[in-house]
Amino acid sequence: MIRIDSVTKRYPDGTVAVDRLSLEIPDRSITVLVGPSGCGKTTTLRMINRMVEPSEGTILIDGVDSRQQPVNTLRRSMGYVIQNAGLFQHRTILDNIATVPRMLGWGKEKSRSRARELMERVGLDATLAKRYPYQLSGGQQQRVGVARALAADPPVLLMDEPFSAVDPVVRKGLQDELLRIQEELGKTIVFVTHDIDEAVKLGTMVAVMRTGGKLAQFAPPAELLSRPADAFVEDFLGADRGIRRLSFFPSAGLDLLTAPIVAVDATAEQITAAGAADTPYLLVTDADGRPLGWSEPRDLTAGEITADRLLPYGRPFVAVTDSLRAALDCAVLSPTGWAVAVDTSGRATGVVPQQAIGEAIRGAHAQTAADEARDAEPDEDGKAQKVAP
Amino acid sequence: MSELFDLPSDLQNSYFGLVALHLREALIPVLVGLLVALPVAQLCVRLRWLYAPVLWVTTVLYAIPSLAFFVILIDYTGLSELTVMIPLAVYSLVVLVPAIVDGVRSVPQETLAAATAMGFGPVRRYVQVQLPIAAPAIIAGLRVASVSSVSLVSVGMLIGNEGALGNLLNSGLTYNQPRLIWLSVVGTAVLALLVDAALIGLRVLLTPWMPRATRKNDARTLAVKEAAR
Repeated sequence: MIRIDSVTKRYPDGTVAVDRLSLEIPDRSITVLVGPSGCGKTTTLRMINRMVEPSEGTILIDGVDSRQQPVNTLRRSMGYVIQNAGLFQHRTILDNIATVPRMLGWGKEKSRSRARELMERVGLDATLAKRYPYQLSGGQQQRVGVARALAADPPVLLMDEPFSAVDPVVRKGLQDELLRIQEELGKTIVFVTHDIDEAVKLGTMVAVMRTGGKLAQFAPPAELLSRPADAFVEDFLGADRGIRRLSFFPSAGLDLLTAPIVAVDATAEQITAAGAADTPYLLVTDADGRPLGWSEPRDLTAGEITADRLLPYGRPFVAVTDSLRAALDCAVLSPTGWAVAVDTSGRATGVVPQQAIGEAIRGAHAQTAADEARDAEPDEDGKAQKVAP
Repeated sequence: MSELFDLPSDLQNSYFGLVALHLREALIPVLVGLLVALPVAQLCVRLRWLYAPVLWVTTVLYAIPSLAFFVILIDYTGLSELTVMIPLAVYSLVVLVPAIVDGVRSVPQETLAAATAMGFGPVRRYVQVQLPIAAPAIIAGLRVASVSSVSLVSVGMLIGNEGALGNLLNSGLTYNQPRLIWLSVVGTAVLALLVDAALIGLRVLLTPWMPRATRKNDARTLAVKEAAR
């Protein structure tokens, strides 16, 4: 475990970048440091591998002061990923990834085969091995950066705004990839970002820092969204934190209706039966059960249903695994106000109206409140400590 | 053909002997200049305040006319090749020091931070990261320094025939033989071009990691063809 113990960084000109910060970074999980520019998050990260030396306080790695071991030994035991990747432009992709193993004396062949293995793990095509960084896209370069950091299999990964210089689509892909890799490898990751959405998406724990290097709140993302410690955190979370919080509520509890679904080749009896569900719209699917669109029951005639005359259904959500946020988003996007649930292969498993999602949200809130009340009961002090350190 | 390259016997050398001499007198100073410039430039990168005064000194040294330089040096090194080469080495610094400093400074901050974070010490980082990435800038400096050095060697004829191809120019004027003058002038120019080409070749060889201009051209022609379609 990395333990930051009342650490202060004061520069010779008097500026305080980090002010008596204490954090316990749990093992094998992603801890995100987030805050506006100038809040000392990068400085904090760099103090962990001593690229910046603290003015006061100590940083303990597994209980041992980080200053106990030679600085370069410490650094080689921690992977580091930086914005724009910071690749060695004069080395091939393979040699970039093999850098730390080579320094640790692994030998050329072993290092390279390890590098090849990592290219595969981060989703890079093996044909890129002999290329140079300039021949890769920004997203690919960032993947190389992650592979390079993982090369010597360090227990700790420090990531300094690694995905902020790539476009939103690529960024989402890299974030998903990081979560997947983390699931496989279980590293202790400290991740710096200024993007609260990224923090909420990736973090097991999120530390919100404010200008002047002070910790504003340290909590799991769901708690951050439901109970921001103060006006600063609330403001930093942005206007739609209520919506974002829905990401943490599963859609498993939704009551999906299967009656108002008809196949495109449905018989007259089937259409009448579906109409009996008494919903304003029926969902038409193709013969395989994939959604095509909505129609009012009276517009449907057996044998004459064509896809081009149906109302669009927007975007479906994956039943059970997607969150209530995804379900609500689908309902809002759909012109009929009904969301379509599908299974992982894209077949419709049910439909649900906005009202039902609203009820599920209220139910989830009530459930969380009840859970929290139960957790807090035996120990009032414990709760107070968790909210405001 | 052989008549074309026949030289007066007082030159005591064949044409290609002079060419070899010319190359040696021009390039050894640049090499020595590079060896001096590397540590000086590294000092300038580390101690930022040092760069301005160092540039100032190299510029002032460059402003000393070569003849004046020779006159001072003759007292110490006599009428020798060394007297020609010392000023050339000093002159090369005015190009090489800023070339190396700018090259080393152009290494992106992220690359340096990544190197440090991976546990590169300062020396390893300089040798394995900064210098290789600065190589194109350093070679660009070497090209300017070498070409100027090739042209400056000829002045050496003024101090006891130490000017290699420059001596030939002098002979041509003395014996009123335009052929010798042409041989000297064209020879020097061709030599400068060849040295320059060799250095470009060296850069291409050393930096397979650089985006190639030709490749860019290919992309451009492709784009044009695409647009025309």
